[in-house]
Amino acid sequence: MQDEPLFSASAVSKSYGTHVGCRDVSFDLWPGEVLGIVGESGSGKSTLLNCISGQLDPSEGDVLYRTQDDGMKSTQAMSEPELRKLRRTDWAFVHQNPRDGLRLSVSAGGNVGERLMAVGARHYGDIRRSASEWLERVEISTARIDDRPSTFSGGMQQRLQIARNLVTHPRLIFMDEPTGGLDVSVQARLLDLLRSLVRELGLSAIIVTHDLAVVRLLADRLMVMKDGSVVEQGLTDQVLDDPQHAYTQLLVSSVLMP
Amino acid sequence: MIHVENVSKTFTLHNQHGAVIEVVSRANLDVHSGECVALTGVSGSGKSTLMRMIFGNYLAASGQITVDGVRIVGASPREIIALRRHRLGYVSQFLRVVPRVSTLDVVSEPLLRVGTSEVEAHGGAKDLLARLRIPEPLWSLSPLTFSGGEQQRVNIARGFAHHYPVLLVDEPTASLDGTNRDTVLTLIEEAKARGAAILGIFHDADARARVCDREIDVSGFKTP
Repeated sequence: MQDEPLFSASAVSKSYGTHVGCRDVSFDLWPGEVLGIVGESGSGKSTLLNCISGQLDPSEGDVLYRTQDDGMKSTQAMSEPELRKLRRTDWAFVHQNPRDGLRLSVSAGGNVGERLMAVGARHYGDIRRSASEWLERVEISTARIDDRPSTFSGGMQQRLQIARNLVTHPRLIFMDEPTGGLDVSVQARLLDLLRSLVRELGLSAIIVTHDLAVVRLLADRLMVMKDGSVVEQGLTDQVLDDPQHAYTQLLVSSVLMP
Repeated sequence: MIHVENVSKTFTLHNQHGAVIEVVSRANLDVHSGECVALTGVSGSGKSTLMRMIFGNYLAASGQITVDGVRIVGASPREIIALRRHRLGYVSQFLRVVPRVSTLDVVSEPLLRVGTSEVEAHGGAKDLLARLRIPEPLWSLSPLTFSGGEQQRVNIARGFAHHYPVLLVDEPTASLDGTNRDTVLTLIEEAKARGAAILGIFHDADARARVCDREIDVSGFKTP
């Protein structure tokens, strides 16, 4: 076990005027761990994800990340270029709607290759080879490498977004409802893919979802949010099978098959 | 290897007028390396609840639980995850897996997670599936399409794939035919022989007589 977390959020809050997005959220994430964040819409889970992943500036609190070069570092203290580099290399963000994470006017291969070029890859043959390896890995036929993602189904677009994000070998991946809006059969395939990627690459992940079945299968730990605050957190199966907070009990008992 | 001291469990149902249900009170037990201990008591007496507290799935209300040196009550999720990955196995009555994943991968996963090579993990998984008489043509299919008895055997194969030093088993022989029941009991005997500490629930009295060294009646762990 490594003693230092990979990522640490302390007392993160975000308010929009008098409206509270999320309030006083703290947690640590260790390498290889998957953290699930659940709650109903409006609970603040997406706001929290955006704040800790550098998409939004938190109103209060701090986010620390263990960088490869300098150890634990506050992301607020990083310069804009430094943060941009982090978001292109060590971090990845998978959006709920693949259209937000893809460039629809660029070919599938180009979408994957673009992220490699952003970190300095220049050799066309190498880039194309990596891109086709990743397409295969996410089960997209390499025959589609030159097609635009706008011609892909929703499930394929989501898998392409994952390939685009993982090609630079990030250490931490943020996901906002990664299986939302997909058919159940496609969801299952995506879950299996994410699980094996986490295991094989030793990735850490933070997944926001309202789907308790998804977190049960993917997440090691769980945070339950309500009205911007974390009401309960712990080991995933413990929180789902022996929920302590009234709201978690309600959430768990409201699902057809938790 | 398993030490339970003065453990109690209550459930507070906040959405049902805050009703408090006491399920286990002042439980004490020890399981040593190389022995198999059976929990007995009528249905609803708290056998599964006690096992789930030892696994870290339910939170104990009070008392101490230690598994292979790790204090479970108050442990961080990270400590429990590491313990479960390497040292504490649990064969539950239900198979819970990602849909569409092959049986071979489901059974190999505990081995892959502890760093076993894919070849070796698949080898171990195939041996177990063959011993538990899951027909080879089914290995590439998802176990969620199987019959209840087959799913249970896949679950057992998964539970025994990695050699955990501490193992919890919940009704491992229920609804199995004679030959498969015999195989499961042999797997338990083999685990004991390599020094595993096993705590189990067995409704089948003959199975209990064959593999268990002691019985603990959990009905004694209740407030009179």
